[in-house]
Amino acid sequence: MRSIWRTPDADLIRDAAALSVAAGVIGLSFGAIATASGLAYWVPIAMSLFIFAGGSQFLAVGLLALGNPLAAVLGGLLINARHLPFGLAVGPVIGDKTWTRLLGSHVLIDENTAFAMAQTDPRRQRQAFWLVGALLFVTWNAGVVLGVVVGGMVGDPATFGLDAMFPAALLALVLPSLKDKVTRTAALAGAAIAVLATPVLPAGLPILASLLGLLLIPLVQSRQPVTV
Amino acid sequence: MKLANSTVALVIAALAVGTYAIRVSGVMLRDKLKLPEGVLRLLPVAATTMLLALIATAVLTNGDKWELGIARPAGVLAGALLAWRKAPFIVVVLVAAVTAAGLRAIGVE
Repeated sequence: MRSIWRTPDADLIRDAAALSVAAGVIGLSFGAIATASGLAYWVPIAMSLFIFAGGSQFLAVGLLALGNPLAAVLGGLLINARHLPFGLAVGPVIGDKTWTRLLGSHVLIDENTAFAMAQTDPRRQRQAFWLVGALLFVTWNAGVVLGVVVGGMVGDPATFGLDAMFPAALLALVLPSLKDKVTRTAALAGAAIAVLATPVLPAGLPILASLLGLLLIPLVQSRQPVTV
Repeated sequence: MKLANSTVALVIAALAVGTYAIRVSGVMLRDKLKLPEGVLRLLPVAATTMLLALIATAVLTNGDKWELGIARPAGVLAGALLAWRKAPFIVVVLVAAVTAAGLRAIGVE
């Protein structure tokens, strides 16, 4: 047990910190946007603490401002549905005890799923999951509170290139897995499906539809057992 | 239409409970389901597929329609090239952000 919780390597801490600072700035703009759209100050703060899923929070704030609470719930849950397969994939990484898994489930996000899966050693996988999850939880929530306080003074995160930073960060993390032909085929097909489906499907569904890319796997699998 | 505070609180509660249920069921079901070997091997592939789909839609769409700008794809591409050349993660993310921000600063959107 002690070896698992040993201090994470400096490079892991540095990378996790870089991503967390950027998440804090996005949180800042979330807090500012939510209050600017007429919602009470506690709304973005409660969302960030208890939902802790940025995409669904932005969608819910937009729909609440339009006076559509039911769509806010359904749309938000649809966007977050991807966390179920993420949980299946990284479940064993989180921990062996029930309480660690119950706690870890709340901080299961895209970023630490990608970070954990990019590690090869189980100890580093667990460290990456918890370090990125905990740091992002702190900076995201602190950013949101600050955004609520300073409100309109917050600029657009795109000015700082943060809209390019997050996809680039995730891409750097998944790039090694794409060396595998089976994974590459499924993922590229899935990404194309998601982009093509975006204008026609409600938010959240294009990401789930990307799983259709897995159907191409039999076409590229060389080790297919011969059935007689 | 301004919603009542109680309605907004109910929306947040529903989203919080629902999202946690989604997350915890994936995490807890992994061992309970006794998934066949073939499915277990597919799980990381499925996760990578959804992550790449998230990346692609974040770069090429604005959430509900296609949006092909220059600054954002250029930033991500610069980062991707560096990642492919095995640059440190921090360099990748900083170059991606600086490229996109720099292009916007000179008026290229």
